[in-house]
This record gives sequence, C-alpha cells and structure tokens, in this order.
Amino acid sequence: MRIKKHPILEFDREKKLRFYINGKELYGYEGETISAALFANGVTTFSRSLKYNHPRGFFCGIGKCSSCLMTVNGIPNTRTCITPLKDGVEVKTQDAYADLPETKHKRHKKKVINTDLLVIGGGPAGLSAALEAAKHGVNVLLVDENPILGGQLIKQTHKFFGSREEKAGTRGVEIAQQLRKEVEKQENIRVFLKSTVFGYYECEQNHCFGMVKRREDYTEEIYELHCKSVIFACGAMENMLAFPGNDLPGVYGAGGVQTLMNVYGVKPGRRVLMVGSGNVGLIVSYQLLQADVDVAYIVEGLPKIGGYHVHAAKVRRCGVPILTSHTIVEAYGNERVEGARIAKVGKNWSIIPGTEMDVKCDTICLAVGLTPSIRLLSQTGAEIRFIREAGGHVALHNKNMETTVPGVYVAGDGSGIEEASTAMLEGKIAGFSAAYKIKNKAFDSKPLKLYHEELERLRDGPFGVKGRKAKEKIAVQWSDKR
Amino acid sequence: MKEYEKTGVLSIEDLRLPSEEQLKKGVAVIECVQNIPCNPCVDACPVKAISMRNINDIPVIDYDKCTGCGNCVAVCPGLAIFLVKTKDDTVFISIPYEFLPIPNVGDRVEMLDRRGEKKGKAEVVRVRRAGKTTIVTIKTEKRFAMVVRNIRVKDA
Ligand SMILES: Cc1cc2nc3c(=O)[nH]c(=O)nc-3n(C[C@H](O)[C@H](O)[C@H](O)COP(=O)(O)OP(=O)(O)OC[C@H]3O[C@@H](n4cnc5c(N)ncnc54)[C@H](O)[C@@H]3O)c2cc1C
Ligand code: SF4
Ligand code: SF4
Repeated sequence: MRIKKHPILEFDREKKLRFYINGKELYGYEGETISAALFANGVTTFSRSLKYNHPRGFFCGIGKCSSCLMTVNGIPNTRTCITPLKDGVEVKTQDAYADLPETKHKRHKKKVINTDLLVIGGGPAGLSAALEAAKHGVNVLLVDENPILGGQLIKQTHKFFGSREEKAGTRGVEIAQQLRKEVEKQENIRVFLKSTVFGYYECEQNHCFGMVKRREDYTEEIYELHCKSVIFACGAMENMLAFPGNDLPGVYGAGGVQTLMNVYGVKPGRRVLMVGSGNVGLIVSYQLLQADVDVAYIVEGLPKIGGYHVHAAKVRRCGVPILTSHTIVEAYGNERVEGARIAKVGKNWSIIPGTEMDVKCDTICLAVGLTPSIRLLSQTGAEIRFIREAGGHVALHNKNMETTVPGVYVAGDGSGIEEASTAMLEGKIAGFSAAYKIKNKAFDSKPLKLYHEELERLRDGPFGVKGRKAKEKIAVQWSDKR
Repeated sequence: MKEYEKTGVLSIEDLRLPSEEQLKKGVAVIECVQNIPCNPCVDACPVKAISMRNINDIPVIDYDKCTGCGNCVAVCPGLAIFLVKTKDDTVFISIPYEFLPIPNVGDRVEMLDRRGEKKGKAEVVRVRRAGKTTIVTIKTEKRFAMVVRNIRVKDA
C-alpha cells in the first residue's frame, strides 16, 4: 500500500525498521507513524469495541480523536497516528478497557518553563503568530503535538489560493517549509514538538498550563508552563456523519486520508467513495487520483457542489462523477468496508425510494466539515458561543483576536473554520497584539490595519460569506457584552 | 442554478471565447468562472493581459494583449487555464498536468473532455516542466479546440 512514485512528492524511505503487532513481525520505515506503518502492512483494525466487539480503525489521523489508541511498548492509550515508529517496538491492539500503565510510567517530575508568550498549535495560524510576536521582541514558546510543524499544511500538495501576500500559487507543503525556516531563524522562538498542552491551571500571576512531551522511547515528560499571554491556534477536528456501518475500519476523515497518503506515502485503500463536495472533498479526491487510488464517486447532499468550480473541474475531467443531492445510506463489510449504498435525497434530506445504488469500495472518506478545537481554550473561562457559520462553538474575541480573558488570544480554524490564508492573517494579528501588550507599548495601528484590510478582501466574495458572517456575529456578541 | 454547479462540467456558453484570429496567434483560455479569492494569474502575466479589480473578481483576459507565453497556466492553482493555438485544420492545446507517468514528446496519449470522456488519441508535441506541474502540449484536430481539456497517459 506504499506509494512508490508520486507526481508531486518524494518519500524518503532510507531506514527500514522492524516492529511487532500482537507478536507478529512487520516492517516499516523511519519517519512513519505507527498507524501509517500498520496501514502499509494492510493492518486496519486497531482495537475492538466495548460491547459488540466490533473492529475499530483510525479516523482523524491528526491526534484529535481516540480511534487509533493502542498499547505501545506496554503503554496503553497511545495515539498511534501521531506516534513515530521506532525499531523493535511492540504494538498491541487494545480492547475498550485498557490496563493502567505500570507505575514506572506514572511518577513524573515536572519541569517549569517561563515565557512571555505561549503559542499552542504550529499550523499556519500558530506559526504566523509566533513569527510576528518574535519580530516584536518577545520570547515565544511554540508547542505542537505532531512530529512536524505546519498543521494541516504539511499534507496539502495543491497550490494555494488567495493573494501573493498569503503565498497563493505556492503548494501548502512549501508554505509550511518556508514558515518552518523562518521560525528556525528566530532565536527567540523555542519549539516543542510531539508535545501536547493538556490543561489550564489557576495561578497567581500569568497563565499556567500543563504540557506533556513524548520522548523517543514513548515515555513522557511533564512540564509546567507559565506565560504572560497565550495564543490558541489549535485548529479543528473533522466531523463525523451518522449512518449504519460508520464505525467500520475503512471509514476515515478526509484529513486522515490526506495525512496518510501525502505525509507518509501510504494509500488508504484501492477505491474510495468521497462524501462531501466542499473544497476538502474535491481536493482530497484529486490527491487520491494523484496517488493512483480510484475515486468511485463524490456524493453531495446539497443540490449544489460546495467547493470551487475549478477544483470540481479538475476531478471531473479525470472522469470522477460528482453526484449532487445524493448521500450515503450505509457502509457494509465484515472486518472493514467492502462497499456502500448511496441514494438520492429530496428536499428535506429524505431518501427518495428506488434511487439506491450499490458502490463497491474499500474506503469511505468523510469530508463533511470541521469543528473548531476549543476544549482546552474553554478551560481558561473565555466566553464561548455557538456560531453556526464558524463551524460550532468558538470563543468570543475582539478585532485583535483577544478573548474575554485578558491575555488569551485565538487565531485560525480554532476561532472559526476558514482557510490557511485567513489563519495566517489572524495569527499575525494575534501575535502582534499579544506582543504589544506584553511589551506594554502603545499600539502602532498601521500594520494591524493592513492585516485587517487584507482579511476583509479575502472574505469579500461569495465563498467568504460564511467566514464573514461568523466574524460579524462574534463582533456583535462581543459588543453586546461591553 | 448553473449546470456546472451541479455537475462540475462547464459548457461553452459559460466562457468568453477568443476569435478565430486570436486563436491563430495562440492565447490562454481561462476556465475560471466564479468569484473566488484568488489572483496569481494576474501577477504572473508579463504583459498585463489578465485583469481583476479585486481579488474576488473573475479574471478577465484581453486576448489581443495575450502572447500565449503560458506563465499563467503554470501558476494557476485551479489548473483552470489552457493554451489554445490553431493552425489550419489542427489545434495545439497546452494542458496543466499533475499525474504520472509524464509523457514524452512523440507519445500518443488519450484525449479527455471536461467530463473525462475519451475523445481519441493525440500526439504530444511539447512537454514543459513548471515546478511540479507539467504543461503538456498536444496536437489534434481543430474541432477539439474547446473540447479536450485533459489527457490520460497510462492507457496510451
Ligand atoms: C484538504 C484541505 C484543503 C485546503 N485547501 C486550502 C487552500 O487551498 N487554501 C487555504 O487558504 N486553505 C486551505 N485549507 C484550509 C487550511 O488548511 C486550514 O484553514 C488551516 O490549516 C488552519 O490553520 P490553523 O493553524 O488554524 O490550524 P491547523 O493547521 O489545524 O493547525 C493546528 C495545530 O495545532 C496543534 N494542536 C492542537 N491542539 C494542541 C494542543 N493542545 N497541544 C499541542 N498542539 C496542539 C495541532 O496538532 C495542529 O498541528 C484546506 C484544508 C484542507 C483540509
Ligand atoms: S499566456 Fe502569458 S501573456 Fe497570455 S495571459 Fe497568460 S501569462 Fe499573460
Ligand atoms: S489563478 Fe487560476 S483559479 Fe486563480 S483566479 Fe486566476 S484563473 Fe482563477
């Protein structure tokens, strides 16, 4: 299932590693995660469900759900989708009730780090925020759970939209590389990878967080972080869809599929049914074709294709049918997806009898929207509201991206689902505002004004309506509070 | 609702086509018809043939200015720009192509229309790498000038 040749990417597979799944010997490569190596070996069942013993596989592929938990070298509940493979590692499928880890993994001595600004999340929003703040002379600690900086960008092989300032025409993977290089050059940015910020704690001054860093040997280190200000750039989670069979291995989030094939060079399957025709669904379909995976259909519940026509045209002229007003009825299969049934939907999303169709496929890819990640942020006490256009619950924030808790900022998809271009601008605004506050300097509003104007331009068209509306609603609710 | 919003397939009526004369010279045909926040094609053009008032505008091309250099084809993230040049009964169509294998000059490849339906074989006359995107020029009958928009190399 490994991709050998790819039109855009090269996969470096220099060092072969041996590992075990339930005692059986398998091979993977350095640079792969445990999940990716398992996939490459055709292993798609990672655990069994609590009550019915159903097979369970991975879903989100970016460490945000719990579908890929396995026992690794005796440590239960390891998120294998973001855990790098090491030579000789022993992986075990775990049942719903994982055993508690041995005591040697429990007693940690914490280390303490003080910084001016903590940036949680190293996607386009977090990277831009860290760079902007560092340029204004504050010390930044940048934390990301993944082994590589870049967030969603690291798997986006397509050229980006937007304007030249936001690097349009450049591929997402290349934007991530450029931002990474800039971060490396900044001496006042300290980066922690494979590290999760897990909790917000009360403390006298400043803000205080708990962080866990995963070591090479899968054991963990605990840190206590103190900062004057914090920017939450945690991104978003893939949405699930309710249908019979949605828990079968083979039903994956579009982001997870993209990560597997574009970051680790592993195909998710041979033939895919894509659910959702927004830009994510269209782009991932195109990338599946580039990885030499068949796309049977793209189904879309609404009467109209959701994403840009240019993206739809790219997959369409490769012969992939896009079925609007269609949905998935069920997925079937024993140990994994063997096919799906799709059908036409009427006005109120009811299935029109007699329109059902069988689709043979081994993978069903869900591209049905994202929900902002705010669980950690909500611990700070920042006021949260449900804003439909933002994709779910988000923190109220002002124009400077500061929430109702002073010194707590948000940026990017975590403050409302939009694009990398808007995420970078919001990151810059948050980084700039936080730096000025930390330095106690009077605001130089000129650069901020430019960033805001650019944001407005990007949100101006018909495809920017959602983002624009979300931010308008947030602004109204913010001013109602004052 | 436009048909392409349902199917992803444009029809000729959705486009503003060049004249016979302009086609002889060889010009860029831009199949980008929605207001999306994108403008690299405008920046890429050395003779300022593509214009837009703001980033969400639909790109408008001045076929008289366009020299058919192909810079915009290489940069367009939507892979929505094609070069079309006619000569007598034949047409040269340049297509942005991001799949493997990359064809060689002289190869015969399958032509596909906007639906991905096969339209017969054509000869590859030029292959140009522009970063990771390849621009492949095929030579075929003139009647395919506004029909063929993709190629398949594998089946050739
Ligand atoms: C298929 C696809 C195509 C797209 N195409 C485009 C496009 O053409 N143009 C465009 O502008 N946009 C595009 N986007 C959208 C764009 O990728 C996102 O809007 C953007 O990545 C959001 O950036 P972000 O920094 O907010 O979040 P992310 O990129 O998601 O980054 C968030 C990061 O935070 C980390 N994190 C979260 N919580 C914690 C924690 N507690 N501790 C440590 N780390 C944490 C995560 O691991 C992640 O790395 C596309 C998206 C997809 C999925
Ligand atoms: S082909 Fe060259 S001259 Fe014509 S619009 Fe494109 S960039 Fe401009
Ligand atoms: S670069 Fe391509 S997608 Fe972007 S506006 Fe120009 S033609 Fe449209």
